[in-house]
Amino acid sequence: MSEILLDAQNLTKHYGSVEALRGASFQARAGEVTALIGDNGAGKSTLVKCLSGAEQPSSGKILLDGKEVHVDSPTRARRLGIETVYQDLAVAPELDPAANLFLGREIHRKGILGKLGMLDKAEMRRQAIDEFKRLGVTLQSTDVPIGSLSGGQRQSVAVARSVVWASKVVFMDEPTAALGVVQRERVLDVIKKVRDKGIAVVLISHNMPEVLSVADRIEVLRLGTRVARFTGHDTKLEDLVAAMTGALVQEEAA
Amino acid sequence: MTVSTPTKKDPGIQDTPDAGFGKVPLGKRLIGANTFWIALVLVAMIAVFSALAPDSFPTLFNFQQMLIEASVLLILSVGMTFVIITSGIDLSVGSVLIFAGMVAGKTMEGLSGGDATHAGWGVIIVGLAVAVVAGTIWGLINGFLIAVADVPPLIVTLGTMGAALGAALLLNGGSNVHTVPTVLNQRLGYGTSFVVVPNLVLIAVVITLIGAWLLHTTKFGRYTFAVGSNAEGARRAGIGVTAHLLKVYTLTGFLAGIAGFLSLAYFNSTTVSGHTSDNLNAIAATVLGGTSLFGGVGSVLGTVIGVFIPAVLKKGFNIAHVQDFWQMIVVGAVLIAAVWFDQRRRKRRNSR
Repeated sequence: MSEILLDAQNLTKHYGSVEALRGASFQARAGEVTALIGDNGAGKSTLVKCLSGAEQPSSGKILLDGKEVHVDSPTRARRLGIETVYQDLAVAPELDPAANLFLGREIHRKGILGKLGMLDKAEMRRQAIDEFKRLGVTLQSTDVPIGSLSGGQRQSVAVARSVVWASKVVFMDEPTAALGVVQRERVLDVIKKVRDKGIAVVLISHNMPEVLSVADRIEVLRLGTRVARFTGHDTKLEDLVAAMTGALVQEEAA
Repeated sequence: MTVSTPTKKDPGIQDTPDAGFGKVPLGKRLIGANTFWIALVLVAMIAVFSALAPDSFPTLFNFQQMLIEASVLLILSVGMTFVIITSGIDLSVGSVLIFAGMVAGKTMEGLSGGDATHAGWGVIIVGLAVAVVAGTIWGLINGFLIAVADVPPLIVTLGTMGAALGAALLLNGGSNVHTVPTVLNQRLGYGTSFVVVPNLVLIAVVITLIGAWLLHTTKFGRYTFAVGSNAEGARRAGIGVTAHLLKVYTLTGFLAGIAGFLSLAYFNSTTVSGHTSDNLNAIAATVLGGTSLFGGVGSVLGTVIGVFIPAVLKKGFNIAHVQDFWQMIVVGAVLIAAVWFDQRRRKRRNSR
């Protein structure tokens, strides 16, 4: 069993009088895909936002590598090695794949020109191609704007962008929601490759067969709290559905 | 650079995973680029007018005049290119130009006791500084209202377009500044360097080259494209979108300030009524040059060509004794066609 990398304990989050999280706990392990599932309104998105710095929990603790961390902004999360792939594509469609991969992290030229802000496009392109090859992302061309690629390739680049920079945890919020069958397989392959790098992958998905096929562990949220945990491959679909709907409760709310 | 072997196969199908990482051959990229076709249109127009009027169109004097007359608009359009790539718009550049010229003119008159005709370079340099600062301040106001207060650029710059013009007219009781230092007019407005290159053109070329460098090779340029392409995505990637938009509008105001001073040097007067459609001309030139009104796409080279298409048409019609009102009709039609092509391109892409 691999070590627990990200450990969220008893997180709560209020929006006015609405309680989105009521003492939710969550764990993700290095080198494993942990699926986070739950019905609409169970608090999945809120939990991910709290863990990726987009929102602050009202109370509770987040431990990364055993040390308590305060993820007070997405930038801070990135610095801690936590990246997020968003459900709606967060790529810039008019830029090419290499530019998207390095967006916000551009490599400057050496010397005075670099100080003036000049970019080393050749180096970024070279590194981007290396990363794409390593992750098995195939592209028609690296010179074309990303918008002219297919949906699956675009999403693969978006996934690649997060995982290239993540050293600890990657959150993927419905990364395959808008994709066709073949494209979905391609993104799932990338997810497996990332996991094999020793990164903790957190997959948020509504697609139960997909969850069962890639997840090593599954954590179920219901009404803002974790109600059940399963280890991936021996889990049955019926158990997941039962946990999501409240028919099965393993854990009591804290 | 990775070498790729160009194949005759369908580019959508790859044999190996590596096949996709080659560079698209230069020739193919050229044909795919909007700029290439627009440049071709410009060259064709020059060829046609040269054939129609071989004695009067392809002359050194004619080209010098065309370049001088386009210089001020080119500087405005370089700024406009940055703004439109962020998917914004700046309607205020013409009024800011007038305002900058007006405060520079008034300052130079004030420093020379009411008549600046015989003022020297010290006064001129102060005038230039005042024009640039005035333009930059209007740019900052635009940028603040658009980026920080989140008011749509169309409305903000429509507002500052009126405000800057009104302020300029207030400064001199509604009339033009007529006394401009003679040395300024002779050296900067009409002088030439390297025997044949008008100084005004030289300045416009330098500014355009710096603009192209900034847009196409630096992080500032990369962020300009990213913000226009997907502002929310750029924000998530850790780019300071608000600060960047503020900088882009400030840059445009700064360039409008320089343009205002150059216009003062060239026309020897503030020529308020001559600049009221500069904003639309700059937008038209930028869009003609292939910069997309939806943001994320554009080039400085395209804008240069976009500035010269109307200029060549106008000169050409004049020389060929066609009423130059036709130029307005042709430019209008070409402009609409350019945006129509851009729309189609985007629709095709989004349907994938």
